Amino acid sequence: MKATVHVFLKPGVLDVQGKAVENALHGLGWADVKDVRVGRVITFDLGGTDKAAAEAEVKAMCDKLLANTVIESYRIEVA
Amino acid sequence: MKAAVIVFPGSNCDRDCAVAVERSTGAKVEMVWHKDTALPDALDLIVLPGGFSYGDYLRCGAMAALSPIMKEVIAAANRGVATVGICNGFQILCEAGLLPGALLRNEGLKYVCKPIGLEVTNAQTRFTAGYQGRREVTMTIGNGEGNFFADKETLARIEGEGQVVFRYLENPNGSVDDIAGIVNEAGNVLGMMPHPDRAFEADLGSADGAILFQSALASA
Repeated sequence: MKATVHVFLKPGVLDVQGKAVENALHGLGWADVKDVRVGRVITFDLGGTDKAAAEAEVKAMCDKLLANTVIESYRIEVA
Repeated sequence: MKAAVIVFPGSNCDRDCAVAVERSTGAKVEMVWHKDTALPDALDLIVLPGGFSYGDYLRCGAMAALSPIMKEVIAAANRGVATVGICNGFQILCEAGLLPGALLRNEGLKYVCKPIGLEVTNAQTRFTAGYQGRREVTMTIGNGEGNFFADKETLARIEGEGQVVFRYLENPNGSVDDIAGIVNEAGNVLGMMPHPDRAFEADLGSADGAILFQSALASA
């Protein structure tokens, strides 16, 4: 199975990188752009065929390493 | 007196820490490679140095926190051994769960490297007793991700328990409550972004860092 993990800073945690990108987009003329957040996408193969079991595994990976839940939230896709 | 400096791939203040601890305290310092699975016996102090362990991949300190030696560091810290994480070492301690909170990218997006004034917020810890009530010290910072963050509840708890040890006099990176360094609940694990290892003798511009190492080992 193929897993895709999206990791973003939690709402309320200042994303200075997103802020800088937002300012740059404004500078290019896209004045209406707001709330830019820059995150990370992690993809991998993990074998197996049981989707629910795979999701549980990936969740454990997120909690242990892929995300720091003090500051980040994550979203998992398994297919 | 015996201290250990943990060396991760990408550490770059490991030698600085060893020299700083040796010269300011006379302690014997052993370098411990991150892949080692045991710490030297009878350690009085463990230092996690600054640098860019694992190239800051994924998140600063995230990979280093899972290095084989960290199991032993966590066990020793939980036994009460004095443990100091400086800069990247602070990030590693947070990632390892030994300290609350996390370090975010600096608010100004810039790497900040300069001497900086600090308030000794709690002079009762084993790391700061040597300041003997002095309220202000100077050390050097050098970081791009030194912006300390903790959620409101955690912040209220560490402020209430006196776990904030150092505060910036002028906040260089957006750290919440101007926090520059904190200890764990038990008071034996210290994480700080400023470098006492770059301020251990007057020729470096400040000798205030030496007192921190002396304090840590005096109470050993």
